[in-house]
Amino acid sequence: MAIIERPSAEIAVAGAAPSGVKPSEALGVFKRPAASTSWKDWLVTVDHKKLGIMYGVAAFFFFIVGGVEALLIRLQLAGPEGKILSADQYNQMFTMHATTMVFLFVMPMVSAFANYFVPLQIGARDVAFPRINAFGFWCWLFGGIFLNTSWFLGGAADGGWFMYAPNSSTLFSPSHGIDFWVLGLQITGIASLTGAINLIVTVLNMRAPGMKLMRMPIFTWMTLVVQFLLLFAMPVITVALFLLSFQRSFDATFFDVAAGADPLLWQHLCWIFGHPEVYILILPSFGIVSEIIPVFSKKPLFGYPIVAMSGAAIGFVGWGVWAHHMFASGLGPVSVAVFSMATMAIAVPTGVKIVNWIMTMWGGKLSFTVPMLFAIGLVVQFTIGGLSGVTHSVAPSDTQQTDTYYIVAHFHYVLFGGAIFGLFAGFYYWWPKIFRKQLSESLGKWNFWLMVIGMNMTFGPMHILGLQGQPRRMQVWTEARAGEGFFNIGFWNRIASLGSFILAVGVLLFIINIIYTHKSKKVAIAPLDPWDARSLEWMTANPPVEHNFDSIPTVNNLDEFFHRKYAEDPNTHEVRQVATAEEVLAELNAHPDEHIHMPSRSYWPILVSLSLPIICYGLIYNRLLMGVGAAFLLLTMFGWAMEPSTAPDDDFDPPAPGEGGGHTKELAPLG
Amino acid sequence: MADTALAHGADHGAPHTTTGLSNNKLGMWIFLGSECLLFGGLISTYMLYKGRVSAGPQPDQIYDIPFTSVSSFVLLMSSLTMVLAVSAAHRRDDRNTNLWLTVTALLGATFVGGQVYEFTAFYREGLGFTTSLFGSSFYTLTGFHGVHVTVGIIMLMALVGMVRRNRIPGSKAETVELIGLYWHFVDIVWIVIFTLVYLIPS
Repeated sequence: MAIIERPSAEIAVAGAAPSGVKPSEALGVFKRPAASTSWKDWLVTVDHKKLGIMYGVAAFFFFIVGGVEALLIRLQLAGPEGKILSADQYNQMFTMHATTMVFLFVMPMVSAFANYFVPLQIGARDVAFPRINAFGFWCWLFGGIFLNTSWFLGGAADGGWFMYAPNSSTLFSPSHGIDFWVLGLQITGIASLTGAINLIVTVLNMRAPGMKLMRMPIFTWMTLVVQFLLLFAMPVITVALFLLSFQRSFDATFFDVAAGADPLLWQHLCWIFGHPEVYILILPSFGIVSEIIPVFSKKPLFGYPIVAMSGAAIGFVGWGVWAHHMFASGLGPVSVAVFSMATMAIAVPTGVKIVNWIMTMWGGKLSFTVPMLFAIGLVVQFTIGGLSGVTHSVAPSDTQQTDTYYIVAHFHYVLFGGAIFGLFAGFYYWWPKIFRKQLSESLGKWNFWLMVIGMNMTFGPMHILGLQGQPRRMQVWTEARAGEGFFNIGFWNRIASLGSFILAVGVLLFIINIIYTHKSKKVAIAPLDPWDARSLEWMTANPPVEHNFDSIPTVNNLDEFFHRKYAEDPNTHEVRQVATAEEVLAELNAHPDEHIHMPSRSYWPILVSLSLPIICYGLIYNRLLMGVGAAFLLLTMFGWAMEPSTAPDDDFDPPAPGEGGGHTKELAPLG
Repeated sequence: MADTALAHGADHGAPHTTTGLSNNKLGMWIFLGSECLLFGGLISTYMLYKGRVSAGPQPDQIYDIPFTSVSSFVLLMSSLTMVLAVSAAHRRDDRNTNLWLTVTALLGATFVGGQVYEFTAFYREGLGFTTSLFGSSFYTLTGFHGVHVTVGIIMLMALVGMVRRNRIPGSKAETVELIGLYWHFVDIVWIVIFTLVYLIPS
């Protein structure tokens, strides 16, 4: 690749003198890629905003995949003795539906928002470890693709998303599906772990001057809590996955009951990960609606410190409730009592948040825009799902509900009605920030209402189905046992299947809305601050320039952007606007920082992560291929370590006296 | 890589971060926090399964406490030499930094060699990876620890090469200290493993 020695675009923006540029010595193949505008730039980018968009696009693709899987499940159950899927295909379908939605949609979509907005919200120019950030994205993407190739290579995993051993050992699940599942999740797990370290360091270490912890926007707060949950939860599932893959690939005995193994081992490891995981899925959406509700209520968030701390409390208590997933496994009365109490306790900080959102809206000047509608949708539907969750904490009741559709109803209310509605609120709210155009409000309202109706028609009847005893994960129901009258499960299954298609139309409208907004000439470019927002990410251009802020703002208040736009009249105590968003931005940009160093692009994140699926295919099919993958991994890691720390055309400060010109060989050893 | 705009000041001395810790050091501490849970899971698995021997030898039949004590001592001494390396790096004494890094790597390699010997001896005595739950969980736990030590050795040797060629960006002492943090962590984990696995009878 030709490297043109010239000042890069951001230097021109920053107004730095081109004479300050000293291209570093080119090290042959170890050169950094130069900035370009072609699609190839996306492969080598380390920009947190581009990576955020890539996470978002890829995660949405997997959302559609997981959604099609869900529709097939509902088609199968739309009538008695469903013939659309065989029992085996049905097992694969519900396993991959859950795996896709959890690991390949909600988690990476959260990463998308966190990557894009956390640095902007804390006034930083990038994340702490930009190359590791890119590495995490490619690991996740390749892991997800690897996982889904199992459909074409003899069938996908079929053990349910919590993959209970010993059912998932080769004796009971001989196909390669579970091998793909185990190894694919190990690869995506690397992405979660590196992402967690990266975002925690970013939030703790890279805040703008004056951005104290208790001035951070709630979305950043919730991201911080979630990344700590990921940091400590991922290694536990990693251990479980290692044990299972050692058993499947190398005949270890961990889950071999004949050798005396304890089947509860897997359940404990899985749920010690799995329960924090559900908070990993929901807390970011709590953060998103905590941003949105104040903006559209024209009021500050009610009880900001309480909202932040209740999120942290959920994070702590979330570690002490995992065994409520195992009440039916015979834990003994003491354990059941302890976990039952802990589960009831965790409802308290969650309820506190709901009260705070309602109190924020109380007496506010509400404007029911689409992001606000989705946020209110979350509050209502999550409350329903949360209440059915509290019924699970009552162990005798839970024993009746375990493995019925009542559980399915519960977690879809909290995850679809909660987490995914929060994500859609975020799409509509932040769309003009990322893509300059505001999504159509009228199409958005159709999108919202169809999703609300579809979601409640699909998952509401499942409460009844579950209490009538329909087991989850059964591929058929029969007319003969469907029951009578109001509680006829045939009727409610049909309603649920119909609802799922209404839901799908709702999601389709979102895609149509995107296409309409960006194709139609009638949709104008959105104003700089379309919602009259409150936090720092709106104090940038739409979309933000590569270095985010021409000069780093000094933060004096919670809701800094709001306080720069509005001030209280000292005489009348009336809050009135003192500056427009454009004026605030112009004032901030009046004195741009000089010599802004942005992290250089790199070839290595994508190459290092590419070696991981090669190793995993090798482990399944051919140990020689595994060796090739491992060699490729070592080589690319070497390339990563030997890469110069800046691109040849990057801005460069002269070396400090006494450093003896070592700058041309600066290397980045850690990441 | 901490070469972002905010950490820019790192080239000129004190890093400009909110906590005052450099990004790399904070990242390493956080990573080690995660590693605690990894070993926590593996140790729990071993503790659950150490008494479950459906075939092959029992733990107390094969453990050679004096031998493992000596190799544990060697590993613990490597923490001392690591401290000496960090201290030399802070004094900007490249020669002694490299000397103590090399000694640390050699002591670590001695420990890994001891583990390889121990594994072969146990295998000859009839404890394979698939023999029993005890065997599977023992080899998995100590194997994971051995891999961590090996990765540490590779990092130490890479560090020696980079110090020699003067190819470390930012503060050299801090880079040595980071690897030191990892190395001490791996040693501390071994103290836990040695106590729980070898010293406490099943």
